[in-house]
Amino acid sequence: MAYRTPLARVRGLGSAKSGADHFWKQRLTAVANIVLVAFAIWLVAKLAGADHATAKRTLAQPYYAVPLLLLVLSGTVHMRLGMQTIIEDYVHSEGRKVAALMLNSFFCVLVGLSCAYAVLKLGFGA
Amino acid sequence: MAEARRAVERPLSPHLSIYARQINMVMSILHRLTGAALYFGTLLLAAWLIAAAMGEAQFAAVSAIFAHPIGKLVLFGYTWALAHHMLGGMRHLLWDTGRGLQIWQVDVLSWLTIVGSVALTLAIWAVALLDGGL
Repeated sequence: MAYRTPLARVRGLGSAKSGADHFWKQRLTAVANIVLVAFAIWLVAKLAGADHATAKRTLAQPYYAVPLLLLVLSGTVHMRLGMQTIIEDYVHSEGRKVAALMLNSFFCVLVGLSCAYAVLKLGFGA
Repeated sequence: MAEARRAVERPLSPHLSIYARQINMVMSILHRLTGAALYFGTLLLAAWLIAAAMGEAQFAAVSAIFAHPIGKLVLFGYTWALAHHMLGGMRHLLWDTGRGLQIWQVDVLSWLTIVGSVALTLAIWAVALLDGGL
C-alpha cells in the first residue's frame, strides 16, 4: 500500500526517472556548440581549398585539434538528444521507436568516434 | 473487458492545417528541419576529417567533391542550416530564461533569426571566398 500522493511521485526525477537530464544536456551542449561551431566554421573556411600537407600540418596543432575534439563530443551528444526528441514525437509504434532510438545512438557514436579517431591521428601527426 | 478496449471517438485538438501561418511557426519547423539536416550533415565533416587522416589521395578526392559546384551548393546549404539552427537555438536559450515571450518580441526574434541566418551564411562564404582558396 502506497501512502505517497501522486504529487510526491512526480517530484524529483519524474516519470522518466531521469529528471531534467535531457533538457539540461541539450542546453549545455547548445551553449558549448555556439563557441565550438564558430571555431570550426573559421577553421574550415581557413582550410578551404588547402592541400593535404597544409591541412595535416594545421590539424596537428593542439590548439586546433583539442577544440575540434570538444566539438565532436558536444556536437554528437547534442544531435543524439535532438534526434531522440524527433523520433519520440513522430514514431509511435513501440518496436519501431526502440529500433529508431538504437539506430540514433549507433549513428551518433559511430560519427563521433570516427571523427575523434581522425582528429587524434592528425593531432599526433601520424 | 472487450468493451473497455473498444476504440472511442475522442475529440481531437485543432490540427496545423486550420491555423494561419505565422512566422514563429515557420521558424519552429525550420529549426527542427535544419537540426535533422545537420544531423546527417555531420557526415560531411566526418568525411573531411577521415580523408585528411587517411592520406593525400583520399583528401584530394574529398576536396574535389566539395569543390564541385554541386558539392559547393550542398556546403552552402549546410552553412545556412548551421547558421539558422544556431540563431534559432540562441532564441530558445533566451526563451528558457523567461524573456522575449511577448508576441511582438517573438515576431521580431523570428524575423531576426531568418534574416540573420541568411546574412551570416553570405558573410561566411564571402570571407571563405576572399580569404581561402575556394
